[in-house]
Amino acid sequence: MNGLDSFLNSDFMAPMAALGVAAAVTYFWRGLGVAVSGKMDKDSAIFRWVTCVAYALLAGLIARMILLPIGPLAELGLEQRAGATIISLAVFFLTRKNLLAGVTAGATALVLMAKLGPL
Amino acid sequence: MHNTPDNFGSKRAAYIQGAKDALTIPALILGSTYMGFGALVSETGLEVWHALISTAVNWAIPGQIATMELYAINASLFAIAAAVGLINCRLMPMTIVLMPFIRNKTTPKIVYYFMSNFIAVTGWAAAMKRCPNLPEEQRLPYFTGFVVPLWSVCMLATYIGYHLPGLLPAEVTMGLVFLNPVYFMLVFLADFTQPGRPTALILGAILGPLTFLLTPNWSLLITGLVAGTIAFLISERKLKKAQS
Repeated sequence: MNGLDSFLNSDFMAPMAALGVAAAVTYFWRGLGVAVSGKMDKDSAIFRWVTCVAYALLAGLIARMILLPIGPLAELGLEQRAGATIISLAVFFLTRKNLLAGVTAGATALVLMAKLGPL
Repeated sequence: MHNTPDNFGSKRAAYIQGAKDALTIPALILGSTYMGFGALVSETGLEVWHALISTAVNWAIPGQIATMELYAINASLFAIAAAVGLINCRLMPMTIVLMPFIRNKTTPKIVYYFMSNFIAVTGWAAAMKRCPNLPEEQRLPYFTGFVVPLWSVCMLATYIGYHLPGLLPAEVTMGLVFLNPVYFMLVFLADFTQPGRPTALILGAILGPLTFLLTPNWSLLITGLVAGTIAFLISERKLKKAQS
């Protein structure tokens, strides 16, 4: 028993609880989406509303990840992240919507700004 | 990806085209992002298995980063469930919206319950663009062909990234993590001409950060409901005007 007990409280199992909970709530939304979609008509107003909500959620999340991130990016200043985003947008449109060019320019600008410190 | 053909010819060709579309820029960007995620997990002091399990069963980067951040500050399981649940609530409307475009009459329902695990922004955006134009039987193959290789790349990148810290300067890890939201932003900008979407995207982008300052946990839910509903009402009015 002692072996099992120390295994359950080990450095391996303790984070597993956090991962398990995160996976369960995440799957809940995906599974619910599948279940609900079976009862929804693609040409209905409520489907069009859900589409708008999905796009608004995605845009909100992306804007938040750039402007107010959690994780390692939070160590940088807002002006550094905003600056890198503007550079990325500028290159994207200047290259006639080349995704790779825009993304690479933005990330490179961020790394350089992070290295050089606040302007 | 300027041409969007209406028919790949066969299911097999649809799988292959999905994989081809995924294993270019999307795999490059998500691979880099997941290297950043692997590095992050290793800095948190967890094992490589934790990083891999997270990518395997919780595939969607914002929730994965939140889980690791919250674990690192010793947050309770309840706090983790609530925060990740609220960040990932977008997956429900995303799944509802995608399903009619990947469903067909012959595939058993259980397959969709399994495949929904692979619904995340990149594959979703690609399928939303391609699948509506495809014959019904090629839609799920295209989506599967796209997301399964992409997910595999993410698993590999997580593993590699885990072993990178120390080799990689912290600034480069930041750059790798930054790639992801910038890529998503540009993907949606590239699709901006689709009717009805710009309003929802613009309102969401404004409301997202603002509500986050007021209430970080509820921010996304409020953004989705408020910005989504306003965008819906505006587009319905336009629709009615166009009809009358």
